[in-house]
Amino acid sequence: MNSLWTQLEPLLPHVQKPARYIGCEDGMQTPEHGPGIVSWLLTYPDTYEIGLPNQGLQILYEIINERPDGAAERSYAPWTDMEAVLRRERMPLFSVDTHRAAGDFDIIAFNLSAELTYTNLLNCVDLAGVPVRQADRADDAPLIGVGGHCTYNPEPIADFVDFVVLGDGEEAVGDLTELVREWKVAGKNSGTREGLLREMSKLPGVYVPSMYDVEYDGAFLAGVTPRYSDVPATIEKRTVADLGEWPYPKNQLVPMTEVVHDRLSVEVFRGCTRGCRFCQAGMITRPVRERPAEQVSRMISEGLQRTGYDEVALTSLSTADFSGIESVVKNAVSDKGTGQISVALPSLRVDAFTVGIAAEIQRARRTGLTFAPEAGSWRMRQVINKLIREEDLYGAVESAFSQGWRRMKLYFLTGLPTETDEDTLGIAELARNCVKLGKTHKSSASVTVSVGGFVPKPFTPFQWFGQNTESELQRKIGLLRDDTRRSKGVQLKWHDPKATLAEGITSRGDRRLGPVIEYVWRHGGTFQEWSEHFNYELWLEAMAANDCDVDWYVYRHRTEDEVLPWDHLSAGLHKDFLWQDWRDALDELGLEDCRWTPCYDCGACTGYGIEHRVASATPPAGGSQGTGVDLSAGGAVPVVLQARPKPEVEVVS
Amino acid sequence: MKLRIRFDKHGKIRFTSHRDVARIWERTLRRASLPVAYSEGFSPRPKLSFGLALSTGHESEVEYLDIELDPERTDVSMDLDSLATELSTHLPVGMTVTAVAFIDRQTPSLQEAVTSCTWQIDVVDVDAETVAGAVARALAAENLVVTRERKGKQVTDDLRPLVLRLDVEGPIEADDTGTVAGVRLLAELGTQPRAVRVAELLAALDPPLTERRVVRLHQWITNDDTAERSDPLSAALSPAPAGAT
Repeated sequence: MNSLWTQLEPLLPHVQKPARYIGCEDGMQTPEHGPGIVSWLLTYPDTYEIGLPNQGLQILYEIINERPDGAAERSYAPWTDMEAVLRRERMPLFSVDTHRAAGDFDIIAFNLSAELTYTNLLNCVDLAGVPVRQADRADDAPLIGVGGHCTYNPEPIADFVDFVVLGDGEEAVGDLTELVREWKVAGKNSGTREGLLREMSKLPGVYVPSMYDVEYDGAFLAGVTPRYSDVPATIEKRTVADLGEWPYPKNQLVPMTEVVHDRLSVEVFRGCTRGCRFCQAGMITRPVRERPAEQVSRMISEGLQRTGYDEVALTSLSTADFSGIESVVKNAVSDKGTGQISVALPSLRVDAFTVGIAAEIQRARRTGLTFAPEAGSWRMRQVINKLIREEDLYGAVESAFSQGWRRMKLYFLTGLPTETDEDTLGIAELARNCVKLGKTHKSSASVTVSVGGFVPKPFTPFQWFGQNTESELQRKIGLLRDDTRRSKGVQLKWHDPKATLAEGITSRGDRRLGPVIEYVWRHGGTFQEWSEHFNYELWLEAMAANDCDVDWYVYRHRTEDEVLPWDHLSAGLHKDFLWQDWRDALDELGLEDCRWTPCYDCGACTGYGIEHRVASATPPAGGSQGTGVDLSAGGAVPVVLQARPKPEVEVVS
Repeated sequence: MKLRIRFDKHGKIRFTSHRDVARIWERTLRRASLPVAYSEGFSPRPKLSFGLALSTGHESEVEYLDIELDPERTDVSMDLDSLATELSTHLPVGMTVTAVAFIDRQTPSLQEAVTSCTWQIDVVDVDAETVAGAVARALAAENLVVTRERKGKQVTDDLRPLVLRLDVEGPIEADDTGTVAGVRLLAELGTQPRAVRVAELLAALDPPLTERRVVRLHQWITNDDTAERSDPLSAALSPAPAGAT
């Protein structure tokens, strides 16, 4: 149970960025461990820089450590050089808080927010000294749990995990701690692990894959059914009804070394009802639950004072939709009075109102602006239900250029359902028009177009859609490259279609993909999110070696009656609602945001007896609000636009 | 209006980089609400000026930082002792402020002014005799030539003129991290026109030595006229010699 620090310390000068492994963050906790205390190792299966800012992990870290019967520490995937050192020295994965061996924890719980981290999950379990396959684990081995957005289809990793938490983890970690504590106090005796897992499977929101049998009908799935009568047939996600009761993290971790998003984060709401059909996050996190505006303001001012950060991000799936946005922003920028605080809105809505807010709050340091029209034509945007008119985009872009921004980023998806070459090329046309608007203000105006290949995700209306092939995505990107080659001011960037394919394999797979993931890991395929480590051939080889067909798993359209690998799980959404929305998509029919329109019974509220929690019953001002209708006509944008600043320094976003 | 601060760096936090330390200070100063002056422009930055970079992993008794304050918001009568205490409470474990003083705005920057540093270097996996031989050969040598890559080109440097002192202190039986036996060296290494890094000195010895624990003990400013050495705080506080700018 001793700290591994003294063994680790002499090794650190031999690895890159040793500060990744020292902990020492402001807000770090060094909890007591003991026989009556359940210890959790919360692990992010990517580097420290990527994992540390993860808010979900930090929230659970605090909640568990506040419990008298809980102790939580953290770990991150060691970079390849550190892994080599650990394996050479026969040292295990460790926590960064007290450098405790991972195998000494009762639970090792992973946050999964990207499918390509699955091989890192296996690597961390292995480095912990725990068998990667659930069935091979001894009774007293640490329990391996997972949570996060990817767990809405955990079937590809079902063989490797003991339990899965669906939805919000705030309450579930308490239930799990109590159950595991009883088991621990009783001595984790031989033969009791199975019983513990069976009890766990009865907790709301907790899925224990080993308690279910999977049957196939040829290549198709026949069903995933409980092995015991007291194990639930359907697992419903957990949903925290009132975010105001959970003002976490209270002490956001401030790292000693640089990480992505090195700033204060305050979650202003959870859930989104814009209804973008490609967006899994928007579907699985319903309903909308806003944090009270006063609480947001308090978390900002106390957080800035405590951390010393000069930047705060207001996080959510669409922060400009927060009904308290104006008051919160005004308080934040006036609070310090020094004008040195900047507020980041990581998810900008595409309209002039939003840009007005951005101008107001980025007085201190102005970063680049990013908009996500997602598709290049109005037809395509109706299909995906991102009802942004061209006028909205041009209004936003005009507003941004006129207020001093000189470059912006536009995000698009390609490979969407029903997409034609005309739709794809619409992306280039939109970008050129944006540059044209910019040139009237500044000759150096430029627009970066970032194109990602679309991966259909579980619990979205597009879950039945056959993903575009890798070569089709390559062709579409080729079209855009040819078309923008002579477009001055348009810079095209794209996500590797090969990586899009690998994501597609794991996104909608079933348990037969377990051996594929294990194969990739055993052949050195870690850090698959990193382009320098991504190994396309290895994925294809692993599929072939395990008789899994890429066409069948990725490129095939699913039918209405097909049993999907996640049908025994529930995000609250009715399957017939999703199917109807898929048919509407093909008919190019939009669906309005139910926050401000009558309920269309997707199931997320009614099924759980909860409601949207929004402070305002009317949509915020400006733009078309995703309705495709001009809601701003006749109404002034209620934000005072600043005079155009005179930039002295080129801003690099 | 400028403050010069001296602080140390020990323990786990020594694995942070020079850039990390700069960010730690920016946050610390905001938490202490010190009225730091900011640069103008699109992307205002606090006006902080750090001394010579300390290699990641090395410890120090004597790091320095100059802070330009906003004169309109600065209380010149502030108690510098309590400021030192206040800043230390906001710094991470392992970093403590050991001195604070107002210095003249015209004081030359630490990067320009510091002429040498004294290092305590523990080398391991080697016996005392071998170390003594390597040190003697280095001191007797007319030059210690190293080649390094700079902007993609091979550059050759002679370290010998910058090795101002290199003594074998004696054997170390064990340090606080275990039972690693080794030998302790004391070195004074010049920093102008460029700072010699401990690692490159050890690599240039014959045979090359492996460092285990390295601590910066002093930073020195040598007065050109008098050849007297002083530390960067005393140097800034003493009256400028005649003819100095």
